[in-house]
Amino acid sequence: MAGWINYGVFFLTLAGIYAILALGLNIQWGYAGMLNIGVGAFFAVGAYTSAIVTVAPSDTFLGGFNAPIFIGAILAMGVSGVLAFVVGLITVPLRSDYLAIATIGIAEIVRLVLKNEAWLTNGVRGIAGIPKPLNWLGNSPWIVLGVVAVALVFVFWASDRAYRAPWGRVLRGIREDESATLAAGKNVLSFRLQAFVLGAMMMGLAGAVYAHFVGFISPEAFQPEFATFIVWVMLIAGGSGNTRGAVLGAFVIWGLWSGTELLTNMLPIAWVTRGSALRLLLIGVLLQVILLTRPEGILPERSPKPISPKRGQRIQK
Amino acid sequence: MTNDGFGRPVLDILQLVIYGIVLGCILSLGAIGVSLTFGILRFANFAHGDLMTIGAYLGWTLVQLAVPFWISLPVACVGTLAVTFAVDWLVYRHLRRRAPVILLISSFGIALILRSLIQLVWGSDQLVYRQGIQVPMRFVGLTIKPDQIVIVVGAVLLVVALHLFLQHTKTGKAMRAMADNVDLAKISGINTERVVLWTWGLGAIMACAAGMFLGLDTQLNPTMGWNILLSVFAAAILGGIGSPYGAIAGGLVIGLASELSTLVISPAYKAAVAFAILVGMLIVRPEGLFGGR
Repeated sequence: MAGWINYGVFFLTLAGIYAILALGLNIQWGYAGMLNIGVGAFFAVGAYTSAIVTVAPSDTFLGGFNAPIFIGAILAMGVSGVLAFVVGLITVPLRSDYLAIATIGIAEIVRLVLKNEAWLTNGVRGIAGIPKPLNWLGNSPWIVLGVVAVALVFVFWASDRAYRAPWGRVLRGIREDESATLAAGKNVLSFRLQAFVLGAMMMGLAGAVYAHFVGFISPEAFQPEFATFIVWVMLIAGGSGNTRGAVLGAFVIWGLWSGTELLTNMLPIAWVTRGSALRLLLIGVLLQVILLTRPEGILPERSPKPISPKRGQRIQK
Repeated sequence: MTNDGFGRPVLDILQLVIYGIVLGCILSLGAIGVSLTFGILRFANFAHGDLMTIGAYLGWTLVQLAVPFWISLPVACVGTLAVTFAVDWLVYRHLRRRAPVILLISSFGIALILRSLIQLVWGSDQLVYRQGIQVPMRFVGLTIKPDQIVIVVGAVLLVVALHLFLQHTKTGKAMRAMADNVDLAKISGINTERVVLWTWGLGAIMACAAGMFLGLDTQLNPTMGWNILLSVFAAAILGGIGSPYGAIAGGLVIGLASELSTLVISPAYKAAVAFAILVGMLIVRPEGLFGGR
């Protein structure tokens, strides 16, 4: 029984982290229609930033600085945001395909830097001993889950608020009809850049939370399959543009992913090593099925209701 | 070998130029496919790199069955063609009327499906076309492997064939017309569905050849195509995306730049060089050297 509860807590923690990633991508793709195929880059940069800042001092790589975790998390958001700002400055004026290609470039370079710049990141050996959040309260997995929940609620609230705000309306306008929004006097490029940076900051936060949850990070943890692709499937399955959909998608897809792991572990030993490939294949097929049969996702986007007729009448009077 | 007329640095540079041309040929073949699909179907195909991997592995199986490389290549191309048509028939065909970005996201998923299939069928270990070390040819202090000559000659033959096809056949002309203006092409009575199939076909053949050449030059592993995709895209954009001729030039430039960069920076960052050129190009001249879209 205790084993199952522990597994449940572990599952919810990871699903919560993925939900934050999906909400970040939702700002970029769901709201503004910007393709980011390098989610893993911002996730990794966030994780490494927070790890380097908060671990105990080390001789082999830059850091650590023993800083409190919330400073690490804020810096993680900041560094991911700055990276997104630089990438965005170059690519936001271009068509969406170029942004997609540029983001895989950034993901590739971040991966190379993590692997090769050992003075900064300790290279392939990774960074160990990353402190757990609120560790003066004890070492219970529930505490980490609580911290993830708080972060998720904060990101969810911010996304939802942004969606209903005039800011979100402008982004939807850009997504649906860029020239019309431009004609309405909105600075399209600036709004796009803001959305890109905000989404990347959320991904950076997810990275920081992840680093403090697992306690050890290495470049292997940020493979594009798990850091980027699965997040896309989550968002598309849940319903891009819908904050609740993004969170639901994260939990459903992560549930499917973990469920199939239980199944493939029952395969004969010779097949277990290929189980991961089989599961990725299923997730890939699932994405195609969703795109073909229900492209709007489980919870389709619902724009806020227009101003009620009652108020409208009052204005007329 | 240090003093046969050239100084050491010159020899080093010339050796890197040889490597760069070989890599450039591989990138050119890949970029032609990306450029053609982009020109006709208007989306960046993220599965193109993994199509290269499929071709390389199909070729590997044939080579293991003691089929000569030159015969394996066209047969593997037919196999890659079949995979491409199957993907188009099952997925892309139904998404074509939707926004091109949906096709892009779908292709990202297809890339992963192909890679997982490769891992399921062939496993994740490194494979090579032939065991043992080839005796390199010495040429005034420069070394050239016979495999590298195979790659360059093969790439040149394919490019010439593509050129003849695009310039002198009716289908080739229809393809160029569609890349210029889809609506105009339709009004002129061009069967667009047929042109789309031809586009996939040519792209698949070029991808298969690029994959097999890449495997011949280095090794085969399931992520080889995905890892080179960035350089392939950089080549296609550099040459002006949508223009197959530009893609050839773009591939050679990226190949040479990647290899020559190892003189000044760590070889680990070869892929970053392609990206730096890509970014520079996007800032200065987003339409590419030869004006694509």
